[in-house]
Amino acid sequence: MAFPPEHEIHRRRLGRNVGVGVTLALFIVLVFALTVVKVTRGDPMQGFDHSVRPELAIEEEGQ
Amino acid sequence: MSDTRAFEAPGEAGFGDYVQLLKPRVMSLVVFTALVGLLVAPVGVHPVIAFASILFIALGAGASGALNMWWDADIDAVMRRTKSRPVPSGKVEAGEALAVGLALSGLSVVMLGLAANWLAAALLAFTIFFYAVIYSMWLKRSTPQNIVIGGAAGAFPPMIGWACATGSVSVESLLMFALIFMWTPPHFWALALFMKDDYSNAGVPMLTVTHGRRSTRNHILIYTILLAPVAIGAAFTSIGGPVYLTAALLLNAWFLIGAWRIWRRDEAVAEADSYATEKSVFRFSLYYLFLLFGAFLAEAALKPYGLGGW
Repeated sequence: MAFPPEHEIHRRRLGRNVGVGVTLALFIVLVFALTVVKVTRGDPMQGFDHSVRPELAIEEEGQ
Repeated sequence: MSDTRAFEAPGEAGFGDYVQLLKPRVMSLVVFTALVGLLVAPVGVHPVIAFASILFIALGAGASGALNMWWDADIDAVMRRTKSRPVPSGKVEAGEALAVGLALSGLSVVMLGLAANWLAAALLAFTIFFYAVIYSMWLKRSTPQNIVIGGAAGAFPPMIGWACATGSVSVESLLMFALIFMWTPPHFWALALFMKDDYSNAGVPMLTVTHGRRSTRNHILIYTILLAPVAIGAAFTSIGGPVYLTAALLLNAWFLIGAWRIWRRDEAVAEADSYATEKSVFRFSLYYLFLLFGAFLAEAALKPYGLGGW
């Protein structure tokens, strides 16, 4: 039996998918905006990993 | 195949049902108090970072709401006030509420740490833990002091907002915490008085159930008396000032009169007017908190013009 495409449950699913999509898109925009702000303000954006970062070590000694 | 399954599952949730899991009404109070905590702090915050911080604090609060709905689905189904929530009404499965709660908890804490700082993130993580585990899973069903201790969860947001701006905890943020902490018991006990049988039917040991209504009325008065010095004391810190002091004096006087009127009444009188006083004090207590935090905000807004503060 063909299921009528305009069934209420399809609308609900569409609403849910659109809601999740819009939320994710807004989240991406927010993370991008945060990145722009942090980079342009010159916030410390790096930490120690597996390689030596002399610039960080000097900064810590100075504190 | 999937069409058939969809037809068999009329309870399938819409996007709005997932939003309801996050308790948007509670969230509005969290957003407001956290925003005040952030804006009254003596350190300026970039608007984008401030917006993101408040958003992630709200998301964390929502996550703890979803975890609460997962855990409390059984008692929510019994209580009139909560039986239409997404889980007890069958729109969202309990497991989904748990998944949403856990996922958003992790996301909100990590994102707040990255957006603001890790002290704020740690406070948010503790708040979620406190509300979901200490309050919902432990205290709520085991002690009539559930509201008193559990109230701490609702008191953290301004402290987190302050920590977002300053990266620290201070007397001012502790006083904002204490203000909400002391306000919570009389607020919820007034509600428990007129939500007569809800809590007892659900087996939640509210003070009204375990110690009776007379004792609850006494407790409301005592906590409202204890709240006044905290609220008025905040006027003499760096976030207070004449505007806040005036608001605190008036609002606390009003709240005390309300608590005294509740204390003076007995059940027969309250029944006769359908708990009119209890209802009006409950409503007023909401305005009380909004207006006091609004007064903090007014002080901060007036400062650039040389008017706010002492």
